[in-house]
Amino acid sequence: MRALMKTFCLSLMVVFAALSTAPTVNAREVSKSPSGQINVQRVVSPGGIEAWLVEEHSIPIISFDFAFQGGAYLDLSGKEGTANLLAALLDEGAGEYDSQAFRSLIEENSISLSFSAGKDSLTGSLQTLTANKDLAFELARLAVNEPRFDKEPVERIRGQVLVGIKRAEMNPNSVASKELFSRLFPGDPYGRSVEGTAESLVGISAKDLRAYRAAALTRDRLKVGVVGDITAEQLGALLDKTFGALPDQGAPLQMTPVAASNEGASVVIEMKNPQSTVIFAGPSIAREDPDFIPTYVLNYTLGGGGFSSRLLHEVREKRGLTYSIYTYTLPFDRSAIWVGQVASDNGKISETLQVVRDEITKMRAEGVTAEELEDAKRYLTGAFPLRFTSNASIASQLLGYQMSGYGIDYINERNAKIEAVTLEDVKRAAQRLPSPDEITFVIVGEPEGIE
Amino acid sequence: MTHPKRRFWGGLSIFAFAMIAALAPASADDLDFSERLKPETFTLKNGMQVVVIPDHRVPVVTHMVWFKVGAADEAVGKSGLAHLLEHLMSSGTQKLKPREFSQIVARNGGQRNAFTSYDYTAYFQRIAIDRLPLMMEMQADLMANLTMSEEKVASEKNVVLEERSFRVENNPAAILNNEVNAALFRNQHYGLPVIGWRHEIEGLTREDALNWYRTYYAPNNAILVVAGDITAEELKPLAKKYYGKLKRHKVPARLRAEEAEPLAAVRIEMKDVRVKQPSFQRAYLAPSARTGEGREAEALEVLAYILGGSNNSRLYKQLVITDRAAAGVRVYYGSTAVNDTDLTISATPTHSGDMDALERAIDKEVARLLTEGVSEDEVAKAVKTLKGDAIYALDSQSNLANQFGRELATGGTIKNVLEWPQRLSAVTAEDVNAIAGKVLQPQRSVTGWLLPEEAAR
Repeated sequence: MRALMKTFCLSLMVVFAALSTAPTVNAREVSKSPSGQINVQRVVSPGGIEAWLVEEHSIPIISFDFAFQGGAYLDLSGKEGTANLLAALLDEGAGEYDSQAFRSLIEENSISLSFSAGKDSLTGSLQTLTANKDLAFELARLAVNEPRFDKEPVERIRGQVLVGIKRAEMNPNSVASKELFSRLFPGDPYGRSVEGTAESLVGISAKDLRAYRAAALTRDRLKVGVVGDITAEQLGALLDKTFGALPDQGAPLQMTPVAASNEGASVVIEMKNPQSTVIFAGPSIAREDPDFIPTYVLNYTLGGGGFSSRLLHEVREKRGLTYSIYTYTLPFDRSAIWVGQVASDNGKISETLQVVRDEITKMRAEGVTAEELEDAKRYLTGAFPLRFTSNASIASQLLGYQMSGYGIDYINERNAKIEAVTLEDVKRAAQRLPSPDEITFVIVGEPEGIE
Repeated sequence: MTHPKRRFWGGLSIFAFAMIAALAPASADDLDFSERLKPETFTLKNGMQVVVIPDHRVPVVTHMVWFKVGAADEAVGKSGLAHLLEHLMSSGTQKLKPREFSQIVARNGGQRNAFTSYDYTAYFQRIAIDRLPLMMEMQADLMANLTMSEEKVASEKNVVLEERSFRVENNPAAILNNEVNAALFRNQHYGLPVIGWRHEIEGLTREDALNWYRTYYAPNNAILVVAGDITAEELKPLAKKYYGKLKRHKVPARLRAEEAEPLAAVRIEMKDVRVKQPSFQRAYLAPSARTGEGREAEALEVLAYILGGSNNSRLYKQLVITDRAAAGVRVYYGSTAVNDTDLTISATPTHSGDMDALERAIDKEVARLLTEGVSEDEVAKAVKTLKGDAIYALDSQSNLANQFGRELATGGTIKNVLEWPQRLSAVTAEDVNAIAGKVLQPQRSVTGWLLPEEAAR
């Protein structure tokens, strides 16, 4: 064991919000302190690779999540779907192991290794029992560094992606989402499908996959989040072993911001469904913008929170027009949108969408009440610790915060940022919500009463 | 916000059933669960069973109340009633105004939801440990003093009908799945959709819902499961205080019919203009953990895994890699059910969509398994993987709570759950071959094809 590795051990508290009022019940019935502690360590390997680590030795498992910035954004024009196809092939044969040998090793040792591509990144997720960790990390190393792209798995997985694209054409949510992005981001990589198209997929060769891997999987674009039965020192050595051979740097990523379209529209795509499925979205605020957190808080009240939002109350509880309605802010690396989803039977969707428009207009004009703001803060701060109840979910949080550009102290500061939001902040953020006229509504079904 | 489909929950049991986990996965013989998982149980005087699953990593708990009643207990003509009541269970009491339950949970930083299945209905919250007493107080109140207005029932029926459109009618594959179930389970209510048939949901009344509630929502028909940062010693006084005061009353025994031995293979072909990509499913009537004899249920878990549990399974290797007849294939078996259940093969043909070739390839592989049998080596590998995978279930307190709740609500015991790895280890190739010979018979099967409607184009 080497002592060269630098470990910055930041002891972070996740404060399990001590909420001021607990109606009718004395919280002291449970003597436990309502605060818990999660120690996030910043580990830097001897070779200089950084990871955030939470040690958890009570269960003999390790969750290891990592991602490379870039993802489908880096797909060449005409070769859309390259990152996605690559992700599906990294665990289909590497080094001396062909696809079946590789899959057998994974499975017989209860290892889980998978990759996926998104609009901005390519993500890997490794889970292993402690007893098998050396093998597990060796397989991850091979997948990242020496994927084979043999003919059989390439054609098989390409076929599966093609079938997936056809299946998605039957799914009203997929159809609506695809149309929405192409309208919000015309001409930008964000407007394309991560999976590519039937035409583009056919043109992707093993050579293209190798070229993508060599250019995109570089150490400067890598972030790592780890939770489980592993020490900082052990992790340091495994980080070097797994990623040490990757190039230090890739070509600079052109991170030019792009604004989502605010032209607004109601687009109907005919599908013989009894219920119309709607996804709507408009431009929103970037993560770095000071109004990002106020927008997040506002969204809870408008359409975010479980059974408590205005939209759920108005559309579902009061009128019985839908089973589910929700909205969320969706930040990307180069843009941000505010998105909502709802479905109502064809004869009712027009009424539903009118309520949605009215609620957005009302929110923009009036913001939220003091009571609503207090409710939002209590939920958002109180429920934050629920994200930290399993190794797998903590690892995913640690990775997510790094990919969002947050510092290691984010977990500590996050609730204070929510608490600091004022009614004025929310009012300002509300005015920056897209107006109904700036929102693109994509409606899939046979809606009645929609122009 | 419910998950009425049995498969979403019960189907996970192939791996998730196991929670209990091993210390050293390499040596299957010296599993010591007591080191990792220490559930405790006690029963209140009113008959309500309580299970505590300690997990002290973070000061959070999952609080669940399970009722041993579900869609398969519904009377003829009342399909969807168990699920409708689940929707109405937060409609209020004398103390809790409508909406207030949800609001209080949220204001305390908690999340709540509920789900209905054939054999059980469950309600849960995830929340900081110091809020647990408040959750228990409200849940106990809802359990005894539920009120609902006619307006609320009418509005919630509309919500459920929208849910039905969303889950079933907008999705041809879900419609076919309902039809296959209806054909497979001819004599027991697993053949009805949990969410109910549309015309029967429309006919449900407030009185139906209240009768259901009064009949089945008794403490002696319920199980309290709390997983998280708490011990039995700490929970006991709280359980007594909040749930102990509920009055027991007589609950009718579950009236469940047994399936007659099926005598004819059934085929269902569904064409729909919305279908762009055909798909295949074949369900075989199979014993559950309750109805199976000896190690039949465990042997079925191993069989499902060997046949189609992964990308390294017999069907995947033959159909997807060698024959290129399928883009994907999986076999599912969930053992947790009161009555007989199903083992189901699902497959998607390749881009060319040749369903005949796909079915022939499946038939051939099933026939090969029946004539040649599985080997001891295959069984040993499957058992090792299934037990290794089970360790991951320890990572999630809500998963653990679900496992115990589901087991107890379907008539099982905590011991059943804890001894699952030993029972799995005991499975031999002979067990697997015997159950395969019994279950994988054409006359026990329903085969469903989902096809595009070319003619209508």
